[in-house]
Amino acid sequence: MAGPDRDRLSWYEASARQRLDALLDPGSFTEVLGPAERRMSPHLPLFDLPRAFDDGIVVGSGSLDGKTMFVAAQEGRFMGGAFGEVHGAKLVGLLRAALDVKPAAVLLLLDTGGVRLQEANAGETAIAEAMRAIVAARAAGVPVVGLIGGRAGCFGGGGLIAGTCSRLAVSEGGRISVSGPEVIETNKGAEEFDSKDRALVWRTMGGKHRRLIGGADAFCADTVSAFREAALRLIADAPAFDLDTLTAEQARLRARIDRFGQCRDATDIWAKLGVNDPDAVPAMDTGAFDETVAQAREAVHDAR
Amino acid sequence: MESLTFRHTTTKPLPGTKPQAITGVVASGNLEILLERVLPPDACEVAIETPVAGYGPVWEAVVADFVARAQPGGVRISINDGGARPDTVSLRLLQGARLMEA
Repeated sequence: MAGPDRDRLSWYEASARQRLDALLDPGSFTEVLGPAERRMSPHLPLFDLPRAFDDGIVVGSGSLDGKTMFVAAQEGRFMGGAFGEVHGAKLVGLLRAALDVKPAAVLLLLDTGGVRLQEANAGETAIAEAMRAIVAARAAGVPVVGLIGGRAGCFGGGGLIAGTCSRLAVSEGGRISVSGPEVIETNKGAEEFDSKDRALVWRTMGGKHRRLIGGADAFCADTVSAFREAALRLIADAPAFDLDTLTAEQARLRARIDRFGQCRDATDIWAKLGVNDPDAVPAMDTGAFDETVAQAREAVHDAR
Repeated sequence: MESLTFRHTTTKPLPGTKPQAITGVVASGNLEILLERVLPPDACEVAIETPVAGYGPVWEAVVADFVARAQPGGVRISINDGGARPDTVSLRLLQGARLMEA
């Protein structure tokens, strides 16, 4: 069988394993706790639900342009990529091992709706442990880069984890938030947020919005090669993890609320950012969007 | 959950030397198939976990058809089903066998 063609493989359509195979240098991936080990969820059988051999996350090491990486890839189609006990433990274990091994970076291929409700306590704990482990890895000088462009997006605790990463790359199909569209609608009503309005969902949580306000640091076309190039670039310019960086992030987040807090729609924010024709943003191709980003100073930003 | 196991004798081993392969995802209408070359060369075992109970005879027929076509001797096949239709199961099994031959 021919090797994966990373220029043509859609990140959005690919499985977690296909993404890793195509992202890393060919043949370099070594999996830890692979499917044959059968470390499956102890909780799902209680609910009469099917399990996955890898509990929906693939972890291990490989190389990217010759440099050693630790990688974790969530499978967004298995239970929405949600965190369960085993799933979370695999991610936390990988991040903690990064402290000992000191890879060039940890890449998190996030594709998750958040915590798996059937094992919510374990999932919530895993989110907290993962955030702490990311902070520890960054403090030890290992950049942690999130790559987001799967169909589950990056929601709930996944959105919190993304907020702790050194850098984030996102594609147009990728979404980053904490409460998802349906959650907001359920709690606040369809007048507040209509989850069936796909245009609204994407301009509020989608990749372009996140990039424009500086929540993500790179905007990629929906191919594995675009994510690979972005990952290499982001690893190279990952910020130091120190008090200066955190203080600057806090100041920027405060300024963001002051500046955009009264906006009613993402297009209002884009107009304030100096985008000439905010209504044209959703239909822009990657090239035109990159030019728009270059004019919006906010996009150069260490704050999530 | 329903657990089903089918054992078959094959006329030959599955070609190739790949020790293990996995294909598919446990999602609605889909399934994951793990293949491991761990059995004697004329044996094949297929173990299925499915949340959709009562389709034993259909699984039996699909698996028997696959074994007759692919002759996957030496391979243990483990399936986590997400409610896949028989044609999807059949295609995934053949896809898995092909991955092992690579």
